Amino acid sequence: MSRYIPPEQSKAGQVFDIVVVVVAIFVALWLPLKLGLAGAAKSIDALDAKTWEALGQNPTMAGIWEKLGYTPETAHDIIQNRFHYVIDWPTLIIMAVVLIAYFVFLFRASDREYRDVINEKFDDK
Amino acid sequence: MTTALEPAIHGDRVSLLRVLGPAHVWALGVGIVLVGEFTGWNFSADKGGTLAALIVCWVVGLLYTSVAMIDSEVTSTVAAAGGQYAQAKHIVGPLMAFNVALFLVFAYTMLEVSDAILLGDTIVAKAGVDGLTHNSFIAATIVVLAWLNYRGVLMTLNVNFVITAIAYVSIVILFFSVSPWTQGAVLKLNELVTPGNALPYGWIGVIAAFQFGIWYYLGIEGTTQAAEEVRSPARSLPYGTMAGMITLLIAAAMTWYVCASLMPWEYLGVTPYPLWDAGKLTGSPLLENLLFIATLLAAIASANGCINDAARAWFSLGRDRYLPSWFSAVHPKYRTPYRSILFLLPIALAFAFIADLNQAITFSILSGVLQYTFMSINIMMFRKKWPLGTIRRGYTHPFHPLPAIVLFCLCVVTFFAIFLGFGSQLSAMVAFYFLISVWFHFYRYKFVRRGDQFTMPWPKPQGY
Repeated sequence: MSRYIPPEQSKAGQVFDIVVVVVAIFVALWLPLKLGLAGAAKSIDALDAKTWEALGQNPTMAGIWEKLGYTPETAHDIIQNRFHYVIDWPTLIIMAVVLIAYFVFLFRASDREYRDVINEKFDDK
Repeated sequence: MTTALEPAIHGDRVSLLRVLGPAHVWALGVGIVLVGEFTGWNFSADKGGTLAALIVCWVVGLLYTSVAMIDSEVTSTVAAAGGQYAQAKHIVGPLMAFNVALFLVFAYTMLEVSDAILLGDTIVAKAGVDGLTHNSFIAATIVVLAWLNYRGVLMTLNVNFVITAIAYVSIVILFFSVSPWTQGAVLKLNELVTPGNALPYGWIGVIAAFQFGIWYYLGIEGTTQAAEEVRSPARSLPYGTMAGMITLLIAAAMTWYVCASLMPWEYLGVTPYPLWDAGKLTGSPLLENLLFIATLLAAIASANGCINDAARAWFSLGRDRYLPSWFSAVHPKYRTPYRSILFLLPIALAFAFIADLNQAITFSILSGVLQYTFMSINIMMFRKKWPLGTIRRGYTHPFHPLPAIVLFCLCVVTFFAIFLGFGSQLSAMVAFYFLISVWFHFYRYKFVRRGDQFTMPWPKPQGY
């Protein structure tokens, strides 16, 4: 197999590639934050009666909350802020398909590249 | 055929220094991870309750034991900077290697961001001054640690060894100070974890808790990043990694027991500093201050190790031309990948200012789980392409393929756990990796030399 000689990349090309990577990083990581899509999907189940009993706290728990500086009113939003685990099957299936497609692409494309590497490396000998 | 284990050779360029021993490997691994006991693991209580946090502590411990076993075998054989990146390059292929390096960079950079946020928040909470924000503390932490990494790996990891040891000892001191063998005096587990609240969301909450259960141990695999700077990789890497894993399992169990016995699960699940809070709740000013300092030290040690690891992964990408080769420069005096360190600095700063603690942690966990999924498949391919006896392995892990299967199954569960509550972030990150992979495969890879990527003195892989 003939040895592959990669093209030399110009300085401008290198800078451009760095910019592409940085932009991709910020779009992928910053955009979900900016759009409010990141973070826990929780919501507060508000209670009318804000007492330790209503909040499901026994005397030991209530004592600890108070030691930490909380009252039933200030602890309410912490205690009642809950996850609501409802499995959205279409979303789950889409996510699974994307994840599997990603890994399939990774392994198949990697294998194609790897065969070139091995052929060049070992056919030289 | 048996071939000798030799370091990768990279022409006549200045190379990294081989100055590290097993203690440094332990310090790098535990130093990165120990902060997980000081913050992050407790968010698993938020997702599933206190008992769920304990269950995932053990089950995820099994996941990481598999990681450590697999990693020790592959890394003790592929001893090159970049750790899992070098493994992927030699075993799976260039595109996988490119992705693995990005997993590493994001897992460690976002972990560094989380560390800096924790440190800033802890100082602000301790100061109790109105109007004081964490921004200056975050900036100072990231910049000073980057400078330390710029100056040299030996000094960096010597610092890590000392501060990690202090932070670890503080957990042990806290554990024995609260009379762990006696319930009712200080610890009140029976009154805080009741049949009614142990699993507030049922078993779906236990599954969901896997996400932050990862945080107990995330980063232990970072020991492999030092492969090219360790004096004896075949001995030091498995020894340091496995010792680190044992250390962390003990710390995780002690941390859960003390924290679960001192605070209600609703508070435990949201506090940014559970161990410092535990110190406060003992009523001992000495313990409170000790845990305050230990929280800061753990955050510093972790961020320090993360900068070290992320920069080496990025450096490796430049050296192989997967990214512009400008990143592959080694400092002529300090022998560190200084350009990579400097490049990642503003990225870490930017995210430290715009992300919340649990968001940054989730970004890090996501990249970590993608990497562990790769590792479970990677070891299967490694054993298939070079069966035992065909190349010299520094360490051969037992019970193959059981650890790989366990690791893969637990990764699938963890992906589902992340979907429960943080699905949008998961989708965004996978979309990013997918698109950047397309960019690499169809454009960037043309600048990469082919045969030169394979630097290990091994025979041709079977099946090729």
